[in-house]
Amino acid sequence: MISRSLLSYANRKMIILEGPVGRERKRFMKSNSPLDFGAAPPMDCYPVLLDGSRLIVEACVRAGANVYVGYPITPANLIFSYASRRFPIALPAPDEITALQWMAGLSAAGYLPVTATSFPGFALMVESINMAYMMELPMLIVLVQRLGPSTGTATAGAQGDLLLLDGLISGGYPLPVLCISDLEDCWLLPALALRTAVELRAPVVLLSSKEMVMTQASFDLSQLPEIEPVRRVFYPGLGPYRSYDPGDGLVPPFLPVGNDHHIVRLNASTHDRSGLLQHTSEEAMANTRRLGEKVEALTPVLYHLDEQEGARTLVVSYDITSGAAREAVRMLRAQGIPVSLLLARTLLPIPAIYYEVIDRYPRVVIAEENAQGQFARLLFGRRIPSKIRLVGAVGRMVRPEEIVQEVLAP
Amino acid sequence: MSVFLIHPELPFCKGCGHHHVVRSTVKALEAIGVKPTDVILVTDIGCHGIVDAHFATHTVHGLHGRSVALAAGIAMGIPPGKKVIVYIGDGGATIGLQHILEAARMNIDLTVVVHNNMLYGMTGGQPSSLTPRGFRTAITPQGTSLPHHDLCRLVYEAGAPYVARVLGVGDFSEILRQALETDGFALVEVLELCTSYGLKWNPGLRLKALAEEAGYALGVWTRPPSPVFRLRVGKEGSLRPRGEGLLDLPPVAVRFSSPLEGRWTLILSGSAGEGIQQAAEILARAAMATGLHATKKGSYPVTVGVGFSTAEVILSRSPISYHGVHEPDAVIITSMDGLQNQEDRIRRMRRGVLWIDASLPVPETGAEIQIRDFRGRVGARHAALYAIWTVLQEMGILPPAALREAVQESPLADRVPMEIFASHG
Ligand code: SF4
Repeated sequence: MISRSLLSYANRKMIILEGPVGRERKRFMKSNSPLDFGAAPPMDCYPVLLDGSRLIVEACVRAGANVYVGYPITPANLIFSYASRRFPIALPAPDEITALQWMAGLSAAGYLPVTATSFPGFALMVESINMAYMMELPMLIVLVQRLGPSTGTATAGAQGDLLLLDGLISGGYPLPVLCISDLEDCWLLPALALRTAVELRAPVVLLSSKEMVMTQASFDLSQLPEIEPVRRVFYPGLGPYRSYDPGDGLVPPFLPVGNDHHIVRLNASTHDRSGLLQHTSEEAMANTRRLGEKVEALTPVLYHLDEQEGARTLVVSYDITSGAAREAVRMLRAQGIPVSLLLARTLLPIPAIYYEVIDRYPRVVIAEENAQGQFARLLFGRRIPSKIRLVGAVGRMVRPEEIVQEVLAP
Repeated sequence: MSVFLIHPELPFCKGCGHHHVVRSTVKALEAIGVKPTDVILVTDIGCHGIVDAHFATHTVHGLHGRSVALAAGIAMGIPPGKKVIVYIGDGGATIGLQHILEAARMNIDLTVVVHNNMLYGMTGGQPSSLTPRGFRTAITPQGTSLPHHDLCRLVYEAGAPYVARVLGVGDFSEILRQALETDGFALVEVLELCTSYGLKWNPGLRLKALAEEAGYALGVWTRPPSPVFRLRVGKEGSLRPRGEGLLDLPPVAVRFSSPLEGRWTLILSGSAGEGIQQAAEILARAAMATGLHATKKGSYPVTVGVGFSTAEVILSRSPISYHGVHEPDAVIITSMDGLQNQEDRIRRMRRGVLWIDASLPVPETGAEIQIRDFRGRVGARHAALYAIWTVLQEMGILPPAALREAVQESPLADRVPMEIFASHG
């Protein structure tokens, strides 16, 4: 059996990890990071009962996020409430449009802001996320999915917003979307998402869902690896500074608006490298194209792949259904049936490797908590190949037995 | 030419009031003696918004109507002494009124200049909420029928320390200077006429006469200074997390053992306010104290204080990757709210045990039925914990002492009479 988890930065570095969490297991209790837990004695085991929201907030803070802007919405309220006690600064916004606009202003001023919401609030944020994308402002939006359409059922989980995220940026430009598949991801992915936001100068969405962030579970804190704070590097040059000049790379160096050294121009409309309004000049269109190119090239490719020799079926899942997929694979293997597992952590832009893995199997079962098979549609459009089997559910979690049944079906 | 301007030729139609706004702004900035890098000009969508390229300051060109919220984010985060100016039109002020009122209420250190030419100039001349009654526009050729908002009054009432309305002709830099020197939120509404659309639909109209007829009071309204909303940033911009991180979560030491080999799932359902969620959490901790893995989920209606409250608990020897509960091993019902919430599930049960309070009707079910007097023996407040105690004792899943200690370590320690764990019904 080959069991591995991959964490790679496309075209840059590829780190092969052991186990589901990965990174060297530096015990966080012994961490000497400036944000240390304090004088607590090192312990081999620190079992607590906690929920994913708590880990997400702590991971954000340790990664260097410094402002949380919140507007109440179920099921993201726990994140708001923990953030209000833990973030260096937490602000209650009067609505979700304001929340995103404040975040954009704060990001422009050099802060690293985070918010969490669910579809109804996220819908209000969409224009402002496009603005942050165009202005190239780093920020993190945690989208906790709940049952729709519209206000749906606030306290029921779902995986219904993936396709919305695929077309979110007008013009079809890709938005980096990472997705949490278990509690360890609640610790690891916020930091990676924030790093991506800073390194790409872009808003990043961390996708999750109600049961993932609200369920309490026994969890051993001592197994968590340390989180490296995201390093902010501001343009150090002598100028003239051009806000959207990427030099030889794809991402222009950042400089906070209002700094004493160089004027900064940010622009939500089509603009040139200086940040000045343009109609459709060549320079401006190249700049707009670059926004998509940087996301395609630099978004980290994160997934969990557990391939078993002799397996003829691959189970694919993401977000909350990852747990059922893991359980289904365990049940099948216990019966002596070989089966492989792919859990997607990077959802957008779609990593090419997902197609490569899927191509290796005569049967692929994609499981997710919606009726349409959104991930399958994301991969294949409306014409889903016959070897792909879909397992879905609405208003409840997908059950491991349902995945097993589809793997074994004739 | 001023240090604040790059191009002296402004991009507006001849006679447009926007020229006067820019020139007065520049003069005011010169008067207060700041540098171009001290100024952040945030522009909205509208003709005024194409002025960025002419300013030698920081410039931020945002979305329609959202510039005040965007600028608020900047202004609350940067050190005092910088000047954040918002250029917005009457259309932007209409769609973004909430942002303006909110920034005024919070007293964010901004100067908002509203270019009120009483219509949407960039899109062909449609009426806004600041268009006065009778004013003719492209889509209201007979004149608008509704009165306009008194923006200055709204903003003043929201708490702004400096509000002014001026005619957008000549030099009004002194007003802008006062606004810029205000510690906190200032708004200046500049009345203008769009020479392209305003005059086209209202030929011969004079700005001064229009302002008088429409009842636009000119003037300055101020309040005594009040605290400015700024982020509390430490020395040298340091921002430290608050609180203890994860260490305020009480660790659960393993000091008991459980005979459970596989997985045991429980639904506990009763009424809000009767400690259902806390009881389930205590059960999860008690199980952890025996080395088991545990998950706990809550579900309740949006009105947290009334109606049902249901908890799902899974205890397992091996790690729990899937925490859904389809066919529970046990269902505990302590009240009518809980019964109603779980009735469908109970009717579907083909196995497992239903533990139900003696006061309730027993639905048809394939589960084994155990009727107990939970509420009668210990009262509604403790019925859930007592029911868990009873079930654990009879099923032998956890040692009784594990639950008792978990209660003692919980926030309920002082409130639960420990005698309830002495016996069971
Ligand atoms: S269209 Fe109207 S508002 Fe726009 S620049 Fe011309 S006169 Fe001014």
